[in-house]
Amino acid sequence: MEITIIQLFNGLSVSSILLLIALGLAITFGLMNVINMAHGELIMIGAYSTYLTQTIFSSYLPSSMFNAYFILAIPISFMIAFAFGLLLEGTLIRFLYGRPLDSLLATWGIALMLQQLARTIFGAPNVAVKSPAWLDGGLKLMDGVVLPYKRLFIIGLVALTLIIMFFYIYRSNAGRRMRAVMQNRDMAACLGISTRRVDAMTFAIGSGIAGIAGCALTLIGPIGPALGTYYIVDAFMVVVLGGVGKLIGTIFGALGIGLTNTMFEYWTTASLGKVLVFLCIVAFLQWRPKGLVAMKTRALD
Amino acid sequence: MLAVQQLESGYGESIILREVSMQIKPGQVVCLLGRNGVGKTTLMRSIMGLLRARNGKVVYKNADLTKAAPARRARSGIGYVPQGREIFAQLTVYENLLLGLEASTTPMAVIPDEAIAKFPVLPSMYNRRGGDLSGGQQQQLAFARALASNPDLLLLDEPCEGIQPSIVEDIREVIRSIKQDGKTAILLAEQSLDFVKSVGDYFYILEKGVVAWEGGLDALSDDVIRSYLTV
Repeated sequence: MEITIIQLFNGLSVSSILLLIALGLAITFGLMNVINMAHGELIMIGAYSTYLTQTIFSSYLPSSMFNAYFILAIPISFMIAFAFGLLLEGTLIRFLYGRPLDSLLATWGIALMLQQLARTIFGAPNVAVKSPAWLDGGLKLMDGVVLPYKRLFIIGLVALTLIIMFFYIYRSNAGRRMRAVMQNRDMAACLGISTRRVDAMTFAIGSGIAGIAGCALTLIGPIGPALGTYYIVDAFMVVVLGGVGKLIGTIFGALGIGLTNTMFEYWTTASLGKVLVFLCIVAFLQWRPKGLVAMKTRALD
Repeated sequence: MLAVQQLESGYGESIILREVSMQIKPGQVVCLLGRNGVGKTTLMRSIMGLLRARNGKVVYKNADLTKAAPARRARSGIGYVPQGREIFAQLTVYENLLLGLEASTTPMAVIPDEAIAKFPVLPSMYNRRGGDLSGGQQQQLAFARALASNPDLLLLDEPCEGIQPSIVEDIREVIRSIKQDGKTAILLAEQSLDFVKSVGDYFYILEKGVVAWEGGLDALSDDVIRSYLTV
């Protein structure tokens, strides 16, 4: 019983982390069709932004305020990654729309540059971010079942990010413009929508969400210049498995990979579990190449 | 109001339109005729800015829009109902209509009643996805979407193509009522002679990318039709 609950919680926790790192990509890759290999580095930028916030708090502000830093670090990570996204879109990505192979190579080059930049500024070794004290410990459900606050916090953060994204994309004027441009760029322009501005905003928001993911990752481990490379494959896998272009698919993709990964790792070993998950995904995509949630409408003809 | 001067335009290396000139006065319904492939849609797309003009000018309300992006043209008061309707398939009917407001100069939160009143069937379909509508319903939606921003000039590219007769009749009535209001000029590209004769004020006939004939309703004789329009 305890084992089942713990495994289920672990699966949910892994899913939430996968979802958080994939959400930004669901926008830049899923909606805009930019194969953004620098997505992992935008996560890394978010993580280092949190590290910087922590360092500033611990060196310049009274220690009584230290515990509050993490709440501030989330919007700061978003803003810095957002700014990087804006810069990246304005200087490079906008010349590469509709050219997937070129954008793949170019963004990979950007990724290498950003990694080197992080190495130059912060040094090659990993740095540790000290979690705020209120996230230490866990919620005790029963004997032998303790749910760590950090993991619960990440699940909550993902849920909050999802809700805000949902309202932005499906309920706001800006989101409506965004969906219109992604579906039919020419017609959106003919209705008076500035497609340039929408492209820039959309890419920047995707980048900003990657920044939030980076902020959350500081809770579960040390961070280093190569942080992004560990997560980029997982992020693409979640988006492709879920179905490109569908936010709801990304959620199912993350849950599917997270839960099966935890199960396989429990039954076998960590590396064999990963291999089995990969095999399942390959088999699944052979069966349904469009992913879990494919768009079905006569309008796609 | 709209003046196209010596316009040359096309796709990539191929030039479709050569030295096309035309005039549209406020409130006028100007019809664009011609066989398939003579450049009617190309002219529409060039006026809207989807195609770059290689030479010549597009002047609208005394402003040179030749180099302007489509969004700027839309905001200066040109509404566009393209061939094939181009409804946002994944968005609801209501969202499609709201997007029509983007071009309006004064920020509006609601769709003006006049735009909807002409298509009474639309409100009952507000929550359906645009892509799930039939062709005729999509055409009405595209029309209403273009009217939402109260344009001064409306470009209609084959609004009756592949649509059941009763809706063609509705569209004819809508064009007539717009003409009666006198606030919006219309450039109408259409194949059906009966249709254009019943609404048009002035006619241009394109042939091989040039204006082969122009004139009023009286001058549009059977001889003209025979030499330029019959297949």
